[in-house]
Amino acid sequence: MEYEPVIGLEVHAELLTQSKVFCACSTKFGAPPNQHTCPVCLGMPGSLPVLNRRVVEFAIRAGLATGCQIARYSRWARKNYFYPDLPKGYQISQYELPLCLGGAVEIEVDGASKRVRLTRIHMEEDTGKNIHDAHGDASLVDFNRCGVPLLEIVSEPDIRSAQEASAYLRKLRIILQYLEICDGNMEEGSFRCDANVSIRPLGAATLGTKVEIKNMNSFRAVERAVDYEIKRQREVLDGGGRLVQETRLWDPDREVTRSMRTKEFADDYRYFPEPDLLPLEVSDDWVAEVRRTLPELPDTRRQRFVREFGLPQYDAEVLTQRKDVSDYYEAAVRQYRNPKALSNWIMGDLLRLIRERKLDTALVIHDWPVAPERLAAMVELIDSGEISGKIAKAVFDEMVATGKTAVQIVSEQGLTQISDEGTILAAIEQVIAANADKVAQYRAGKDKLFGFFVGQVMKATQGKANPQKLSELLRAKLDA
Amino acid sequence: MDLTTLTIDEAAALLARRQISSIELTSAVMDRIRSSEAWVHSFITVTEEVALERARAADERRARGEAGVLLGIPVGIKDVILTKGIRTTAGSKILGQFIAPYNATVTERLLQAGAVCVGKTNCDEFAMGSSTENSGFMITRNPWDLERVPGGSSGGSASAVAARQCLGTLGTDTGGSIRQPAACCGVVGIKPTYGRVSRYGVVAYASSLDQVGPMANNVAGCAHLLAAIAGHDPRDSTSVNRCVPDYAAQLDAGIKGLRVGIPREYFVEGMQPEVEKAVRAAVSTLEKLGAQVSEVSLPHTDYAVPTYYVIATAEASSNLARYDGIKYGLRQDAESLLTMYQRTRATGFGSEVKRRIMLGTYVLSAGYYDAYYLKAQKVRTLIRRDFADVFATQDVIVTPTAPTTAFRIGEKTSDPLQMYLSDIFTISINLAGLPGISLPCGFDAQGLPIGLQIVGRPFEEETVLRAAYAYEQATEWHERRVSGF
Amino acid sequence: MALSREVVRHIAVLARLDLDEQEEAAITDQLDHILQYFEKLAALDTENVTPTAHVVEMTEAFREDVVLNPAAPEELRSNAPARDGDFFKVPKIIE
Repeated sequence: MEYEPVIGLEVHAELLTQSKVFCACSTKFGAPPNQHTCPVCLGMPGSLPVLNRRVVEFAIRAGLATGCQIARYSRWARKNYFYPDLPKGYQISQYELPLCLGGAVEIEVDGASKRVRLTRIHMEEDTGKNIHDAHGDASLVDFNRCGVPLLEIVSEPDIRSAQEASAYLRKLRIILQYLEICDGNMEEGSFRCDANVSIRPLGAATLGTKVEIKNMNSFRAVERAVDYEIKRQREVLDGGGRLVQETRLWDPDREVTRSMRTKEFADDYRYFPEPDLLPLEVSDDWVAEVRRTLPELPDTRRQRFVREFGLPQYDAEVLTQRKDVSDYYEAAVRQYRNPKALSNWIMGDLLRLIRERKLDTALVIHDWPVAPERLAAMVELIDSGEISGKIAKAVFDEMVATGKTAVQIVSEQGLTQISDEGTILAAIEQVIAANADKVAQYRAGKDKLFGFFVGQVMKATQGKANPQKLSELLRAKLDA
Repeated sequence: MDLTTLTIDEAAALLARRQISSIELTSAVMDRIRSSEAWVHSFITVTEEVALERARAADERRARGEAGVLLGIPVGIKDVILTKGIRTTAGSKILGQFIAPYNATVTERLLQAGAVCVGKTNCDEFAMGSSTENSGFMITRNPWDLERVPGGSSGGSASAVAARQCLGTLGTDTGGSIRQPAACCGVVGIKPTYGRVSRYGVVAYASSLDQVGPMANNVAGCAHLLAAIAGHDPRDSTSVNRCVPDYAAQLDAGIKGLRVGIPREYFVEGMQPEVEKAVRAAVSTLEKLGAQVSEVSLPHTDYAVPTYYVIATAEASSNLARYDGIKYGLRQDAESLLTMYQRTRATGFGSEVKRRIMLGTYVLSAGYYDAYYLKAQKVRTLIRRDFADVFATQDVIVTPTAPTTAFRIGEKTSDPLQMYLSDIFTISINLAGLPGISLPCGFDAQGLPIGLQIVGRPFEEETVLRAAYAYEQATEWHERRVSGF
Repeated sequence: MALSREVVRHIAVLARLDLDEQEEAAITDQLDHILQYFEKLAALDTENVTPTAHVVEMTEAFREDVVLNPAAPEELRSNAPARDGDFFKVPKIIE
């Protein structure tokens, strides 16, 4: 029996506002326990929520970037359940009338484009954190994270493989990063994903039994978990068994999904409209304003790099994969316009160095080994003939090591390329005179020796001879 | 002169003329509390030290040239309203040792005005009840007859004023909890329009219905207190940004031409005949004062009680979920988290609260939401429309506050539904979010006070107060005092 | 449609209330009685009526995105029944 996997993903993204969604406490990560709390986010008696306008603005950005319909009126709702990290005993979320509906995310898998539709995007508040105490017989609760604004982004079950799932998540994450509303850090929990996985006979219209998978803390984990689950479900059905609608946790150590301890008490969330918050009105003017100030999205930027800078698709893709890298590229090209050369230097030497130094593990690279303007200035030196491409490699390394500019280094070390024909000819004649036997062999047909002569002339000129000029003049002399 | 018999205006005048000091006034009130509490039990917490400190501070402020009608006036605050650094229990054992870490906005405003808080008044647990018998701490007795209830849920606030233990109090009203005890205790109490007064720092019972309001021994006293606490609060999203009039300024403008509607549905079988008689007499008085009286209809009155109890209990079940023994309050330790929750809440909450939590949880639960909660919200719209229709041709609506005078302690505790039905005249006003006042309009054969309710359009507290004042000044009910202790 | 003990038990679990035999029996009776009274509402035609979620005729008020609260004072934790330093302590949570 051929099965088709049907996957939907639910992402919770922490928003980069200064303060929490319903109170004026800081959202900054890493404070000592329970420092960023107040009566509101602690759920003290008598406390009331007041909505942070910027949260709505960020949600509108996300909705516009994914082509959603922004609801003119949306409502807040209470989701009621008991858990220590939920101080009020309910979470303020949106239920029947969310802010954004519809929309889609375009992904590319194996060169093919696919459109993953979104069901909805809504706003809600995050919960606190529970940790096990040292002795293991109690849990400790920290409410710093409680009340941090979240966007919940729900996709339609349009995804058909683990690869597509991963591509969707990467794309969604980069969109949120470009929008500057979320830093997309899965390992630290600012970008979380749950998957709903089911399988059905190929061609069937109805959906199979849905299983929710939680606890996937990286893109790899999502791919592995989804793959495992699809396989598990196939085996169950092929073996004549039936699938149970349940929640399973991904176990990264054993690389399997495990059924959660049967929830003895299936929660009924008893959603009802939040009486402490009034209906949210988002006017056409507000949407227009957000649209006007929307940061450029990754796809748009990629296309612009191709169009405006004449870059190949591949280059544009690599350069726009990270917002900080594409910002770097733009700054460099603005300084000196050789788009292809800069692209090569960045994709090659710069990114290699970034990876070696593990600078790319940061969500945003701040300390570039070489500032973009300086890299551009160096390329300008190459183009003007001041230095050769080969020398530039050495200059680049020196710029990284010392922090000096290319001009400084070239001048201090006397690296200026020798393009004066007279000087080169003199060096060539010196080499020819010193290697009469090899010259004879070359003239007799051993073409390969050309490289030897080039090397010798370079040595004689401390590597500074202009390679093209050298080549021309050498050939002229040897073939004479 | 017995300083405890002063009205807020009288006390303010004496204070302004330096004939008395706030320390003297507050001390007199403290003495009165000491000598009467054994009978009445209005207070869960008496804050003598803090009160005397504040009285001293008020005298100092006055010496520096400050003025203001509430400066140095002793008041009581219902124990569902947070007072920083002072135990705030909401009438519940689950908050029996809770020291409020912040002030409610209304508390802040009273402090700014220089009022002196003498204590936290007793109430039904989490404001759920109509007799204050549901308090987790003690039973408050009606000063007019100690075997009877003071009404509820703001029973302690009403009895404290009636027993002259302070010159004014703050209560809260969700289904009648200021007006009905005011009627039972022969004092004046007003529930403002929903959104007029901030709910920040007020222990929530039913969020879409709760309002804080003042009680005093006359209409002017209520007006002064209301002016101090009303107004927009950025910490309460449901509070309305509308300017606060000087409520006491136009009280005596009279009611010539005021159109008064008397809803026929509020004169029902089962009402105490003396209540009906007193209210009808009051209506005649209004007419003599120049009002134009007509009979009107509020056709959905009969559906108000079930509508209220579906909505209020639903919201309450959610609002009380935070009492879980983790951040504050009582905790019953247990091995497992689940048991800890269950035992903490079972031990900490009284039976009426448990009943309402169960009811509220039920009407919101899967499969029942549409039939109960959603339905009740729709009926609420119909009830609001009833009032809007009447207010198209009437300026105020006048009714009895309660169907009977104060009942005996223990009389209605065996049948919860019976207790719920005693709210029948006040409840619709909360559902519609309207302002409503109760003031005395007579006494029955047993000497128990009868309350008259006047209801107005949203944000027309001035009209309601003006009508109440006109009636009050044309009668002598407000001069009758409790005696015997 | 009488209210069953099973339903009451289930509701008690949802509400995290531990009811003993007696309480459970009493509450079942009382709730049944009250719910029957609520049936009154079913008689009303509310076909085209919009539900009232709020009586205030306004839309949402906002705060600006500014951090106002300084580090939380000790008072916010001092009412906690069980603590471990600045953490709130609870019986072990099992996933």
